[in-house]
Amino acid sequence: MSDLELKNITKNFPDVKALNDVSFDVKDGEFFVLLGHTGAGKTTTLRVVAGLTNQDEGTVFFNGESVNDLAPADRDVAFVFQQYSLYPTMSVYDNLAFPLRSPLRKLSEEEIRRQVDFVAEKLHIDHLLDRKTAHLSGGEMQRVSLGRAMVRQPRIFLMDEPLSNLDAKLREELRVELQHLQKTEGSTTLFVTHDQIEALTMADRIAVLNEGSIVQIGTPEDIYDRPNTIFVAQLVGTPRINLVETNREDSTVFIKNSTLHLPIPQGWEPPDSFVLGIRPEDVLPDREGEFTGELTLTEPLGVETVLHITSGEQTLISLVPGMTDLQIGENVKFDIAQDRLYCFNMDGKSLTC
Amino acid sequence: MATIELRQVEKKFGDLHAVKPLDLTIHDGEFVVLLGPSGCGKTTTLRMISGLETVTSGEIYLDERKVTWLNPNERDIAFVFQLFALYPHLTVRQNIAFPLQAQGESRETIDERVSEVVDLLQIRRLLNARPSKLSGGDQQRVALGRALVRRPEAFLMDEPLGALDADFRESMRAEIKRLHIDQHATTVYVTHDQVEAMAMGDRIVVMSEAEIQQVGSSNEVYYDPANVFVANFIGSPGMNLVSGSYSDGIIHMPGADNRYPVPNNWWAPLGEALQNSGDVIVGFRPESAEIVEDGTLAGNVYTVDLYGAYSMLAVNMNEQDIIHIRGDRLIHYPIGTQIRFDIDPQMVRFFDPVTEKTIKREAIQ
Repeated sequence: MSDLELKNITKNFPDVKALNDVSFDVKDGEFFVLLGHTGAGKTTTLRVVAGLTNQDEGTVFFNGESVNDLAPADRDVAFVFQQYSLYPTMSVYDNLAFPLRSPLRKLSEEEIRRQVDFVAEKLHIDHLLDRKTAHLSGGEMQRVSLGRAMVRQPRIFLMDEPLSNLDAKLREELRVELQHLQKTEGSTTLFVTHDQIEALTMADRIAVLNEGSIVQIGTPEDIYDRPNTIFVAQLVGTPRINLVETNREDSTVFIKNSTLHLPIPQGWEPPDSFVLGIRPEDVLPDREGEFTGELTLTEPLGVETVLHITSGEQTLISLVPGMTDLQIGENVKFDIAQDRLYCFNMDGKSLTC
Repeated sequence: MATIELRQVEKKFGDLHAVKPLDLTIHDGEFVVLLGPSGCGKTTTLRMISGLETVTSGEIYLDERKVTWLNPNERDIAFVFQLFALYPHLTVRQNIAFPLQAQGESRETIDERVSEVVDLLQIRRLLNARPSKLSGGDQQRVALGRALVRRPEAFLMDEPLGALDADFRESMRAEIKRLHIDQHATTVYVTHDQVEAMAMGDRIVVMSEAEIQQVGSSNEVYYDPANVFVANFIGSPGMNLVSGSYSDGIIHMPGADNRYPVPNNWWAPLGEALQNSGDVIVGFRPESAEIVEDGTLAGNVYTVDLYGAYSMLAVNMNEQDIIHIRGDRLIHYPIGTQIRFDIDPQMVRFFDPVTEKTIKREAIQ
């Protein structure tokens, strides 16, 4: 395994700047996630690391050495795609053994058998070794794809939305397996996804990409608790963070188009107008609460319930555990966790107040 | 508005059963969601209600009027596909008026109804704009307006939010539900997304393998799933389902020393269902287990996920059985360490491993 560094990578396609001065490093054994919308430049970044796309500027380092001049085959990385790329007429065993049978490796069949068995057991596909891959379920196929990457023992795993073609239940299951394997094997992984839950749950660190540029790098906690822009704050968390425009008068913050107002949280020095961010789990219905609004909608999700609380023209989303007895149309009192508020200027930059 | 009734409605494609004979009544003003994985028969069921698909056998009634063999346009039902099919060269007003013009309504009627709908959806300011100039959300509102303006007896929606990105889905989901609360139009809504189903449905019809598995409110399908399929399908992650063997008030679960003392009020129903001893599946939600030092059950931390406001632990009780337990996001649980936990006695459920159906506790209620 090894560490990876990208330094000032820029890539232009005829009509569009795909990557704009992208720099980050992935430490040995780290699970590093690139998170962003479609077209943000995530896949291009992976392809640059693999050598499948040449950058216009910048350098890719493995273990401190530039690999700019190395061909893809010589970079010793394993790519796992969203679409499983397996040989349908071969058995699972032969698919897994395929990379090991490369003449460069000169491995005995016995040694190949040992390595395939080891990986198959790790991925819980040892009972499928004799099957043709065409007869497998989507989840099983993606396990085999992962297995084929693992047997090579590459320096780095590059994964491009490997779970997104699976249905929700399989995705969950494989996510847990992948995470466990990565943590116990200590493999260096660069993982691309547009799914914020996948990113928050799996990553050691996340780089958020937007329109070819990195907007923030940090642990899942950093990204969730300390987003540096409104863009990042909105990208993570379901339901989405509440964002309301406010006016400040002396030491009171008035939420526009509503009757809600609160004292400026301690230590804040906000400008006269700013955007206040409140996570739904920090809007807390409470009989003794100091704020009031009308309950305009409830969405029971089983484990929790989403409440829509309206004051004037503003609606705050609140997320409460379990079921609720509150009825639509009722006035509800609530509190806001004032030590968990976010403050952004009107351009969307965090004021870290 | 309308009541929709399906009596022994069945659909076969050759030898393949797309929908096995099913009975379902959708009450006037109700919002019913057909939920299930792809291929479960939910869309075929919806298409049979609309008339876009014929039934192989059975009858469909709309307000007690038999419509089984009527054409779609004779059923007075609005079918909404993915929401954004607008005519780009027409203004918002023309887009919304289009279905009424096609029906040959008078100019006054059209003006009046369009006006009503744009107020309802709060899009009056957009009347003269073209769809391409609108935000995604406003385009959806216009599409919804075009369905509403017909004042159909019922709405049928087939994954209308399917093509939207996650943020939009969330807000459109709330908007459609708010509209329903306002209008109370009978609605049948198809989705494969259990969160969407739970959030929107007055009742949810969970389908799998061409059959109805359960019909119930969000809370019913979540807290009292009828069988193992529903227990696993609803929730993210689904209900933990652990096999064990029951005797004398104790269930031996996987793992070295995992002896689960069954709450007293379950002894009678379990004893009866299992004829005093035998294999059983224990079900509990991740949030219904609590990590405590002296918990009766144990497992090893497999992975830890941050889930926004809390963390989710995957825990293996032995090699095969991985369960999920909600944890405190501020506590660090290293992989491989043992944790002990208890299950909330109010929230534990049991299933028969052969039929996979829930074991009821009627006896004690």
